[in-house]
Amino acid sequence: MWKTVLRRVLLMIPQIFILSILVFAVAQFMPGDPFTGLITPETDPIVIENLREQAGLNDPLPIQYFRWLGNALQGDFGTSYTYKVPVSVLIGQRAQNTILLSLVSLVLTYAIALPLGMLAGRYNDSFMDKAVIVYNYVSYAIPTFVLALLMLWFFGYTLGWFPTNGSVEVTLQSGSFEYYMSRAYHLILPSVTYAILGTTSIIQYLRSEVIDAKTQDYVKTARSKGVPEKVVYNRHIFRNSFLPIASTLGYQITGLIGGSVFIEQIFAYQGMGQLFIQSINSRDYSVITALVLLFGIATLVGTLLSDIIMSIVDPRIRID
Amino acid sequence: MAANEGLDSEVMTKGTPVSAPPMGFKVIVREFLKDKVALGAFILLTVLVISIFIGAAVIDLDEVMRISLLDQYTPPNSQFWLGTDSGGRDIFGLLVVGARNSILIGVAVTLLTSTIGIVVGIVAGYYGGFIDNLLMRIVDFIMLLPTTMLIIVFVTIVPNYNVWTFILIMSAFYWVGQARLIRSKALSEGRRDYISASKTMATPSFLIMFREMMPNLSSLIIVNVTLNFAANIGIETGLTYLGFGLPTSVPSLGTLVSYATSPDILENKTWVWLPASLVILVLMLCINYVGQALKRAADAKQRLG
Repeated sequence: MWKTVLRRVLLMIPQIFILSILVFAVAQFMPGDPFTGLITPETDPIVIENLREQAGLNDPLPIQYFRWLGNALQGDFGTSYTYKVPVSVLIGQRAQNTILLSLVSLVLTYAIALPLGMLAGRYNDSFMDKAVIVYNYVSYAIPTFVLALLMLWFFGYTLGWFPTNGSVEVTLQSGSFEYYMSRAYHLILPSVTYAILGTTSIIQYLRSEVIDAKTQDYVKTARSKGVPEKVVYNRHIFRNSFLPIASTLGYQITGLIGGSVFIEQIFAYQGMGQLFIQSINSRDYSVITALVLLFGIATLVGTLLSDIIMSIVDPRIRID
Repeated sequence: MAANEGLDSEVMTKGTPVSAPPMGFKVIVREFLKDKVALGAFILLTVLVISIFIGAAVIDLDEVMRISLLDQYTPPNSQFWLGTDSGGRDIFGLLVVGARNSILIGVAVTLLTSTIGIVVGIVAGYYGGFIDNLLMRIVDFIMLLPTTMLIIVFVTIVPNYNVWTFILIMSAFYWVGQARLIRSKALSEGRRDYISASKTMATPSFLIMFREMMPNLSSLIIVNVTLNFAANIGIETGLTYLGFGLPTSVPSLGTLVSYATSPDILENKTWVWLPASLVILVLMLCINYVGQALKRAADAKQRLG
């Protein structure tokens, strides 16, 4: 088992390497350099030229690339032009919010999807099953930004139940009880939106797994032993059907990354996705480069996680 | 006598329609007749698309795009069916033209990504071995990229940005899913006897791939093209909503929804953004539902009809 995991982790290294080359190449096409922000009409072009020379921006590209990579590996992504703070500090603050939102969303996704999938599979072709199927169709078809806007408009503005922007009430003292309550309150709408989008594949998969399992021998055996119907579903069938679903965890992470740009932007949630859009709009290229690289690595890790869980769950995939 | 009997039974079997399974288009028709919701979705989609195209052809774009500040943010009335936006432009006109543009972009991206995906998938599946390995490593790599972010970055750094560059940027990232799916089916199809037979008869590889293998993958292709079409409309409107899709001179459904970025419009002027959001939702639901029905029709085990 560990051989498979090790092999997958080692395979990730060249992928990250190619990703970093791509990100560096894209960064070369972005106009401006770290000193563009310093230029004012009075600045002497020679001063700027000297600064560029000192920073090594006139060196050949491969040398620049390895210097950039070396710095990035140590967590140094340069300085943000708009915020005038190191990119790593800026992203660090936002990353907390994004990770918190992602974790809450993941928990919610499984909390909604598992019962719905089990019930729809157990009572298939009932009214409830049909309702779940309709829910699934809508949540599969609706684009992220349309759902997020409708949620914000309906629950945030029309009903006024939830805050409409930010990640916390700004007037509150950090660390107080109200502060944490306010953070949780601000999390509800964006995380529910994520969860609705994330449940689709889990429900669909779990439902068909349960329907398949119903006719299998181990279920018949359990029933003929006199195991109560509830236990048959919640223990025997659930355990067998849940395992393949566990492997979708990594893909859920990938989905969270793609959705964060839309959801954080719409709910004005101070996370990395919103920072990305802000940096694009203010052409803050050092932040953009760092974020694309980090999101890329996160996607890779998500896929890696799925593969590892899959190899734990399904021994046939292992290469020993 | 015996010979006669044999002939009769042969005629009998030929005459009985039961032994011949329904093929191709008939299966699809039967599936849709059985599933009334899918039929409804198909009819609604057809009516919607036809009226959008007729409407867009009739409406004068210059008239729609003309700014008249006196009519700013008029609520829906008899002159402006869906009210007006910040420039006093008719939302209904913008909606029809925007919907047409979104559908056309969706079609263009789908055609481009499907063509690349099908060709790459079939070539990889047919040859297997080194070519398959090489192509699939490229596909794997693109699949693992943070696509939305990279598209936004490319949109901002590309010089002379216009509709065509947008289509190309989007297509560059979205052909991989198709390629992977087609390849997995082509790989197993390539081991079938009819392919081996064609190879033995020295049929050129090109003909085997695209005249013999491709028709056998057609059901998979049709289903995926439909589902991708819906997905592409969603992606385009989403990017346009964020401001990184179609240029401002070309209105899209996403452009109208993007007005909702302002809290005042989102809360108090719902006529500006809500109709466009609902059109997107209805389009996506209908196309996906039709796609799911096609998917069932393609798999004999799942058919309702």
